[in-house]
Amino acid sequence: MAGPTLLKESGPREVFCGLTSIVWLHRRMPDAFFLVVGSRTCAHLIQSAAGVMIFAEPRFGTAILNERDLAGLADAHEELDRVARELLQRRPEIKTLFLVGSCPSEVIKLDLARAAERLNEELQGRVRVVNYSGSGIETTFTQGEDGALAALVPLLPSSDQRQLLLVGTLADAVEDRLIHLFGRLGINAVRSLPPRQSTDLPGVGDGTTVLLTQPYLTETARLLKNRGAKILKAPFPLGAEGSRAWMAAAAEDFQVPPETVADVLTPLMERATKALAPHREVLAGKRIFLLPESQLELPLARFLQRECGMELVEVGTPYLNRDQMSEELDLLPVGTAVMEGQHVEQQLDRVRSSQPDLVVCGMGLANPLEAEGITTKWSIELVFSPIHGIDQAGDLAELFSRPLRRRRLIQPALHPTGAEHPIHS
Amino acid sequence: MELTLWTYEGPPHVGAMRIAASMEGVHYVLHAPQGDTYADLLFTMIERRGKRPPVTYTTFQARDLGGDTAELVKRHVREAVERFQPEALLVGESCTAELIQDQPGALAQGMDLPIPVVSLELPAYSKKENWGASETFYQVLRGLLRSQAPEQASHDPTAWQSQGRRPRVNLLGPSLLGFRCRDDVLEVQKLLTLHGIDVGVVAPLGAGVGDIRRLPQADLNVCLYPEVAESGCSWLERTFGMPFTRTVPIGVGATHDFLVELHGLLGMTPPAAEEGYRRSRLPWYSESVDSTYLTGKRVFIFGDGTHALAAARICSEELGFTVVGLGTYSREMARPVRAAARELGLEALISDDYLAVEAAMADASPELVLGTQMERHSAKRLGLPCAVISTPMHVQDVPARTSPQMGWEGANVIFDAWVHPLMMGLEEHLIGMFRHDFEFVDGHQSHLGQAGGTGMGSEQSEPAETRPGEADLIWTSDGEAELRKIPFFVRGKVRRNTEAYARDVGCREISSETLYDAKAHYKA
Repeated sequence: MAGPTLLKESGPREVFCGLTSIVWLHRRMPDAFFLVVGSRTCAHLIQSAAGVMIFAEPRFGTAILNERDLAGLADAHEELDRVARELLQRRPEIKTLFLVGSCPSEVIKLDLARAAERLNEELQGRVRVVNYSGSGIETTFTQGEDGALAALVPLLPSSDQRQLLLVGTLADAVEDRLIHLFGRLGINAVRSLPPRQSTDLPGVGDGTTVLLTQPYLTETARLLKNRGAKILKAPFPLGAEGSRAWMAAAAEDFQVPPETVADVLTPLMERATKALAPHREVLAGKRIFLLPESQLELPLARFLQRECGMELVEVGTPYLNRDQMSEELDLLPVGTAVMEGQHVEQQLDRVRSSQPDLVVCGMGLANPLEAEGITTKWSIELVFSPIHGIDQAGDLAELFSRPLRRRRLIQPALHPTGAEHPIHS
Repeated sequence: MELTLWTYEGPPHVGAMRIAASMEGVHYVLHAPQGDTYADLLFTMIERRGKRPPVTYTTFQARDLGGDTAELVKRHVREAVERFQPEALLVGESCTAELIQDQPGALAQGMDLPIPVVSLELPAYSKKENWGASETFYQVLRGLLRSQAPEQASHDPTAWQSQGRRPRVNLLGPSLLGFRCRDDVLEVQKLLTLHGIDVGVVAPLGAGVGDIRRLPQADLNVCLYPEVAESGCSWLERTFGMPFTRTVPIGVGATHDFLVELHGLLGMTPPAAEEGYRRSRLPWYSESVDSTYLTGKRVFIFGDGTHALAAARICSEELGFTVVGLGTYSREMARPVRAAARELGLEALISDDYLAVEAAMADASPELVLGTQMERHSAKRLGLPCAVISTPMHVQDVPARTSPQMGWEGANVIFDAWVHPLMMGLEEHLIGMFRHDFEFVDGHQSHLGQAGGTGMGSEQSEPAETRPGEADLIWTSDGEAELRKIPFFVRGKVRRNTEAYARDVGCREISSETLYDAKAHYKA
């Protein structure tokens, strides 16, 4: 069969758990608080993944279970109520409280749905309490966002209005730009999930067409479909080509004439080609190895191969939803190794033996690979940076060309070729 | 259940990782779900390590829980031993694995491995990172040295004299993700060389299994970081009779005391009293007239036990500061920190709630904060200068240059690091004073950003000063004008003192006269 070669492996993994997505979700909805019910490890993880301790009281925290909570479950529920009450008293501006399950809370079967129900009754609509799991035993990294959004779907009001719903966190500026472009295509009713205010939830119903902005929202998409929404299949809006196809899919569903689409998007595509050119010069012909982490790996690989001329050594992904990814898989070259799951040691063996020019990996692996002389790009930056849409294609390419350019700049001085050869000859 | 926003310490298994990653030839199999691998980035990012920590995570998932997780542990143990060929294996679990009770340590010990297996039980729901590091180091010592333990401990730390060799000591405690451990080791080695004392083994940092087995060959142990090494040193003392030093050589006074203690234990003649003055610049820099303005500077100190205690001593005895707050998040060190605080007329703050620490900081109205990265952020928010003296730290606290805290050079580093933020305070004032001069019109930027640099300017730089209760007092325009002449970094304190004085004497209007009355009252 044509298409990429789909492979699987299992073993020790080097990936973040779903709690990590709180780091960008809390910034998207400034009136929401994410309360992880877990251990000191959970608190330490989010703080470490956030990289910097944010210069303020954060809108996320951990209710740390201790030995007393583990002794009897009734206690843990009362304790959780107490912590939630204290928190909301101190943070009266919070409108939505996400109770986030963790590995320990899942293992002791602490029922957060029941806790949310109880707190909702008590708070009588002043604060909305929802729950989802970001535990590492169930979720990987970006799947945490899927859980959080899926938890919001039942709360969306019903609406038959004809509208386009963008699902998945986007940088505010990128969202504004995309909405503007959809407007120029004649699609004026565009809403977003998650919204910028947690209380400003979009409606959903038979008139809703969903475009997923991120490739990891399987459960959210399923629930929206159950609410009557139509989920469009398209490549994801990374890179100019993918973003164009993504917008065109919506245009087709809204019966926008193809000429209008061409009128609006062709100039953008031409500009993107110009923006990509200098990066393509650096990236073309270079070999890239993507380790599994964010689930953005497939669309990124497609962009880097088709628009930047890179050669794909291996494309890892923590989890592969073949149906949702079918459009992306179709665009990958025949025979590309797509590896679902991970055995981190064996995968690193393959990295070393294939000697790629660039490796996309997590922060735990980046410096060790650099120390072996292998250039890297950390994947967490990809979920923090505004990279979606035709206009961002150049910036997206730059994230990959920069580490290569940097190595080229400093390599000669830092690694002289020999004692007899001066660096400046 | 306890609400935590930022935490000073990680879970205890991160402490175990610090020990494993510090050592050579040791591997740690950690029974933990996926996601717990985040801990690798502490080493590779904060310390810029070019090596992954030697840790194999079992990364079990929900679907494994229905099956045989014990078999999963054994598979990972087998694979790790085969791939990494360690000389010793540590086996333990993180918080989630503790709940499913597979007892990975016992499982591994039952596997007939050709290497020593140290089983770690680190209660994740009651203990924290430093405890985990200390317990792991202790278990490593016990596991690797137990077989050598004599029936009756007999050890003479002065035996070197009759054996015709130089005295030899071990340096215990330095580890990865400790504060400036790498540089402290170099500095203490230099200090000991100066006194004709050899260093046997440094552990855990850089030590292999063979090094640990050589520990009893030294005359005594130097406990550099009690948080990590005290329980191990005590065990070596109980089991092998090896004494250990209690003084941590941070600061000129403590370095002197350390040398006295060490020489005493080794049966050597104590060092010359003026060595510190000759070898370190801190004493003269502190005596020089330029430092006069440091007198009585109010300093708030918070950190791990070791560094907070050292800072309190240096500030009060060597720099002439006034310590207005002292605390630690290390509950294990609460007792000595409380005692040190009492001696300074303070009540120690023992807390791991950074908001409580921030509140105490604001209350104490210090002019300098010495703390962790958390306090750096709090201090920034309060517009106070700050130097970082302890973990938790950031990548910028692991400088490229050698910058120890211990020994004579450590004292120099400390003088620079703690006094410079204050120098800048003075500079801010000068910028403020001269800001109307034409040379300054192009907008001199303050390094404090919005919070400072206004010098004698507007009151906008003091949002904290608008307090309830102020309404009962009125500042006359002449009082306000006088207040504005006072450097911004003490203006808040003067305003508070003056208002307190005015209330005391029942005066509702504060004029320049009231301000001078208050000044005389407080200086009296």
